Amino acid sequence: MTIPVRRFDAVIVGAGGSGMRASLELAQAGLRVAVLSKVFPTRSHTVAAQGGIGAAIGNMGEDHWIWHMYDTIKGSDYLGDQDAIEFMCRMAPEAVYELEHYGMPFDRNENGTVYQRPFGGHSANFGEKPVQRSVCAADRTGHAMLHTLYQQNVRAKTQFFVEWMALDLVRDAAGRVLGVTALEMETGEMALFHAKATLFATGGAGRIFHSSTNAFINTGDGLGMAARAGIPLEDMEFWQFHPTGVAGAGILITEGVRGEGGYLLNKDGERFMERYAPNMKDLASRDVVSRAMATEIKEGRGLGEHGDYVLLKLDHLGLETIEKRLPGIREIAIKFANVDPVKDPIPVVPTVHYQMGGIPTNYHGEVVSWSGERDTPIAGFYAAGECGCASIHGANRLGTNSLTDLLVIGRSAGRAMIEFIRSEGQALPELPKDAAEPSRERVGRLDSPAGGEDVNEVRNEIQRTMQAHCGVFRFPDLLAQGVARIKAVAERAKRTQIKDKSRVFNTARIEALELDNLMEVARASMISAAAREESRGAHDRADHPKRDDVNWLKHTLWHREGDRLTYKPVHLKPLTVDTFQPKARVY
Amino acid sequence: MKFRIQRYDPDKDAKPYFRDYDLEVGPTDRMLLDALVRIKALDDSLALRRSCREGVCGSDAMNINGKNQLACVTKLVDLKEPVVIRPLPGLPIIRDLIVDMTQFFAQYHSVKPYVVNDEPPPERERLQSPREREELDGLYECILCACCSTACPSFWWNPDKFVGPAGLLQAYRFIADSRDTRTNERLDNLEDPYRLFRCHTIMNCVDVCPKGLNPSLAISKIRTLLAKRAV
Repeated sequence: MTIPVRRFDAVIVGAGGSGMRASLELAQAGLRVAVLSKVFPTRSHTVAAQGGIGAAIGNMGEDHWIWHMYDTIKGSDYLGDQDAIEFMCRMAPEAVYELEHYGMPFDRNENGTVYQRPFGGHSANFGEKPVQRSVCAADRTGHAMLHTLYQQNVRAKTQFFVEWMALDLVRDAAGRVLGVTALEMETGEMALFHAKATLFATGGAGRIFHSSTNAFINTGDGLGMAARAGIPLEDMEFWQFHPTGVAGAGILITEGVRGEGGYLLNKDGERFMERYAPNMKDLASRDVVSRAMATEIKEGRGLGEHGDYVLLKLDHLGLETIEKRLPGIREIAIKFANVDPVKDPIPVVPTVHYQMGGIPTNYHGEVVSWSGERDTPIAGFYAAGECGCASIHGANRLGTNSLTDLLVIGRSAGRAMIEFIRSEGQALPELPKDAAEPSRERVGRLDSPAGGEDVNEVRNEIQRTMQAHCGVFRFPDLLAQGVARIKAVAERAKRTQIKDKSRVFNTARIEALELDNLMEVARASMISAAAREESRGAHDRADHPKRDDVNWLKHTLWHREGDRLTYKPVHLKPLTVDTFQPKARVY
Repeated sequence: MKFRIQRYDPDKDAKPYFRDYDLEVGPTDRMLLDALVRIKALDDSLALRRSCREGVCGSDAMNINGKNQLACVTKLVDLKEPVVIRPLPGLPIIRDLIVDMTQFFAQYHSVKPYVVNDEPPPERERLQSPREREELDGLYECILCACCSTACPSFWWNPDKFVGPAGLLQAYRFIADSRDTRTNERLDNLEDPYRLFRCHTIMNCVDVCPKGLNPSLAISKIRTLLAKRAV
């Protein structure tokens, strides 16, 4: 049986910020681009970003891209690639102005320029004091940005395939990428999207953890597809715990609350961040603040029945500021924490939020393969946004830099794809025989009548294992047990089954297919974490409490085949300026 | 807790029917979506859309005890039992709680929902005063969940001709933007017995909007602009 083949110049998987920034570039260039998304584009997880976009446009006072670059490198605990970081920080102002021209409803200053707020880890003059660098639309920046990008794509007549789930990457014998197989959710029909260039913009996989700020859809589909196609995943041990998730609910409370002047308190009413980060206090990097909170809780200074949360106080900002700058936060706190932050502090706890690692790319969004000596682009394959690893965020991402990354790398990936497609000429490279076979097998197993493992139970086991064995603080024995548990659940995941056999909008089937992707990401994360014997950024090892630049200033590459790990060097050389040499990280 | 959910799978059902579920609600089940996710774990054939689970993506709009709402921000303790759950009314049902939103998005697209400015862009941002920017508050926050349009009798009768409250709210969002230079074309595009004037100010849209927005007010502002333009 053959499946329908649709042909395009480019296929983009994912319609969040990076996917739609790239598709806009391609559509405006007059190329035929198909954007596949599991959900209607404005439902993508970019919609949930709150606090802002980091760009040194200096509307509130002196600022320079090189200060932003320094902060990002320091924030990354020196694991970020300095060429990619320089590129992002230099391009950020232009990307923000572009977005403004697209109609983004940014908050404004009296003089009509775009307002900027302070954010964690962003400083003036190489760490001297906090700086106002984050452009925003109240605390709905991601929502405003995602809708703006969708609107411009409507204008550019981008072709969307809404509620199509990509299943597997298609490569030929030479390793070149030729598109994806995908499933139309409404009909249950499969098709092959054949293209000269393929971009993964599928977001992160925060749903491998039990408690996460992430949407249900964040199942790491791009990472799973890449891993199954033999592409290693980079730096998957680095998972960001956002300091302020609503206790018990996991819903994100933006760092913008602290940017606007909110702060954290323990049960003694102490503003404890003053002890951990005397200079930046509550605006230190997220890894630093999350560890401080977890320490306070561990040492008995948490609140609540189980002493397992701390408080985020913002009532002193006043009703007017909260209504103007943080209206969404007030809405969330009232709904999910039963407190009105105008009067009372919000109970918060560090919660999994962002995946620093991903599919290895350079700053053009080209997916690269490490030969042992150099990175070589894999022809026809690109990744951007949270699923890609450029690596800008290294071991810890700064707040606001995720949206900056989406815009800058989304655009540069779009441009690199245009150049590649134009250099390719008219003909599409030939598809290998049986290109859709692996996908057909995966779907076919779920359609078969045989009983097997329950999808919910297997997913719960993954989430519980990651949460218990790979948290804010990591211990060698727990990591080793975690690896064994994850390998055991991986065996169960091969035998998942569903009861629903309907062809029409079968969401049980979608969840089972997503589970295959979650499984790959969880394996990569646990195995990479167990191997890294140092503490850097978000990866904190009790048995190796210090950063070890002699042995571990390098990127991890996890290979699915045999769970093999290799390593590659960090790009310490920026594009035009001098290297920022690794030094002790103090906030 | 008792739930009565409308089910329909065109693969095997001749027509929609109700199925009852009795679920022991735990301390972590705060919102209706929490309960629906647990029901789905027991009966994997229940189909619904959901994503952000915090009221910003607009996926899980449905008719809950007669009112269009988002399941993820509807508290279980506030619901009368049995909780009767239906798909959004007025749109074709694909399966269970999933409706075909083609018509809804077609109307949204018909208002040309994007800023157009005929002047070449400056090197930096276009300037906009805080007052001008405030004009967009209450408009840009729309999440396109369709609670409003599918609560509107005028949209039920003429979904192909009447833009509907969601589309009109967005139409006004671009009219109100000081950076947009196409106000006249935008008004032309709405000056039609159906597209705008099918609104009979029933105000269901205001009543159901989960983000507290007011499409009815936006519609009246468009009417005022059209009236001013006529004199």
